Amino acid sequence: MNSPSLAACLIFSACLFCTGLAGVLLRRNLILILAGIELMLNAANINFVAFWRHHPASDDVAGPVMVLFALAIAAAEAAVGLALVISIFRHYKSTNPETMEDKSS
Amino acid sequence: MWFEDLLIQIKSVLVLNAPEGLRPILSAMLSATPILSAFGGLFAAVTLLERKMLGRIQNRYGPNRVGPFGIFQPVADGIKMLTKEDIVPKTADHSIHFLAPLLLLLTAMLGLSVIPYGEKLVAIRFEAGIVFFFAVGGAAELAVFMAGWASRNKYALLGSLRAIAQMVSYEIPLILSSVCVLMAAGTLSLDEVAKSQSGSMLSWYIMTPWGLMGCVLFLIATLAEVNRSPFDIPEAESELIAGHMTEYSGFKYAVFFLAEFVAMFAMCALTATLFLGGYHPPLPILAFIPGPFWLFAKLMVLVLLFIWIRGTMPRLRADQLMEFAWKFMLPMAVINLISTGCWIALGRGSLGWGLSALINLAAYGALSRWLSSRPNQQKRTYRFAEGPMHAA
Amino acid sequence: MTTVFCITALTTLASAVAAMSLRNLVHCVLCLTVSFIGMAMVYLQLSSQFVGFAQVMVYVGAVAILMIFALLMTRGGQELFMREWRPMHWLVGGLVSLALLAVLVGSILQSPVIQNTGPVDKVERVKDLGQSLVYEYLLPLEALALLLTVALIGAALIALPPKQYPIKPQPRENS
Repeated sequence: MNSPSLAACLIFSACLFCTGLAGVLLRRNLILILAGIELMLNAANINFVAFWRHHPASDDVAGPVMVLFALAIAAAEAAVGLALVISIFRHYKSTNPETMEDKSS
Repeated sequence: MWFEDLLIQIKSVLVLNAPEGLRPILSAMLSATPILSAFGGLFAAVTLLERKMLGRIQNRYGPNRVGPFGIFQPVADGIKMLTKEDIVPKTADHSIHFLAPLLLLLTAMLGLSVIPYGEKLVAIRFEAGIVFFFAVGGAAELAVFMAGWASRNKYALLGSLRAIAQMVSYEIPLILSSVCVLMAAGTLSLDEVAKSQSGSMLSWYIMTPWGLMGCVLFLIATLAEVNRSPFDIPEAESELIAGHMTEYSGFKYAVFFLAEFVAMFAMCALTATLFLGGYHPPLPILAFIPGPFWLFAKLMVLVLLFIWIRGTMPRLRADQLMEFAWKFMLPMAVINLISTGCWIALGRGSLGWGLSALINLAAYGALSRWLSSRPNQQKRTYRFAEGPMHAA
Repeated sequence: MTTVFCITALTTLASAVAAMSLRNLVHCVLCLTVSFIGMAMVYLQLSSQFVGFAQVMVYVGAVAILMIFALLMTRGGQELFMREWRPMHWLVGGLVSLALLAVLVGSILQSPVIQNTGPVDKVERVKDLGQSLVYEYLLPLEALALLLTVALIGAALIALPPKQYPIKPQPRENS
């Protein structure tokens, strides 16, 4: 089975990372900012698997294991992050991070 | 064996005579077509069977007008569905409204691809087949949400949110109760699981105490996962019209119906593979009858059980449903894992059998005592339904 | 580089861009789901199927649903669509991420790592993965279990409405 080359995977994940970063910088909704962070995390995961796939050591599974840990942590992060977003929404009646300063005092 | 060899021979002859470039596509299509057509035919048969059986349970005949004993009723239903007008609400999100039934059908059918129908008849032989099955099952929740949200209808949205809450809650006991079989078989691939139950009926996993408990939990969770009665509150006709299917008509509604039935078949086939020995016959003498026949026989027994339950059980309330999932199913599934571990650690013999049975019985007794003794039996108050009728 | 990889990568990228730029937030989350599925397919092409299926299970089955629930709980009916459009904001943000992309791609293309390794012939075996999880990485696994429990309880506590918050302030009696 021919698998994609290392350079292709790395460039693909770099593009994904920058898309996520652009989302975090540009969007003004907390949920979408969280989505951008998830995209960036996933880009890093692709790098783990790509490097593992192209590494000569044959019986080592550190790459996939690392991705599994990252998946679990990302799930926990999403749960807590979205709970925080809901709680923030109850307080400020908005999920736009720019409208939050004025009411904070 | 001869039946499977025959099928494989036919497929290899057909593939080898095709031009080089078309072979992978042709091979995939030849694997998919029998599965899809078999389950499509089964869908038509089961719709008729369900209406007939429900009729008998309710002391009436059921459909008996089209053809002898009404056996052409599915054809009439199909023509009716196809010729109905396809209505899309004006404010609906057209593309998502269109995609939702297709996605639901796709997720239901993908699950069929990893089920072993015979020793050599597996469409895709994944090493982590059961993870694939549950992963595509998880995508069905998204399709239900798409259907409910794109309709721009309050009943549809409420129904789809109820469905998602129910599916997410019951997915946990579903997966946990299948994990005990994976522990015993020591693999994640479904054909290995089926292979580990070869021999007579006694080597099926349902013949162990943890297997029986796991099978019951799995079947209850399956009922909830495919929105069958008594867990059909997402599409409760008397409360929510038809849930996420409210704004669908004609062929799209038929696709929803098909997806629901195919999902039920897939889950029943998975239950048969995990707990009931898959394609293995109950006695080794009966091995001359091909494996797919046995799998479909077990599947049909489970489907008949589901129809029977639908005919006799009243629908649960939403809060009872959640309570049952989190306070009974989840702890019971976890304890069942422990009892499976004891069974494996004690050498899979009679000692492990006894201890496993003891653990499960004790846990069942304690849980049911706790759940029925808690003081939540006081009179319910209703926020919006309070009227002169309820005031007294 | 195979055509299959090209198709998956382009679909994934396109849906990721759509997820970050569409105006309707529910469409954004649905596009994000498509790109998660695309990433799972990339994992499959890298012959790592368990990770790919776990990705679909966690992200499509759980995280996307969570995001949709959070969206429906926070929009209040009106905020579903972005209203203001600020060109400066988009210009600066876009430039920053494009510059980062240029730096990353430049360093990837120059690095010696991509020249000397061709794809090694190996397949992720689920058994190896499981064994290394319970032998080599046992402590991280236990820590992860703890983290998930804490996250579950914490998320439930944070998202509870303030009135039903279970810990009531204790009345002071002795002072």
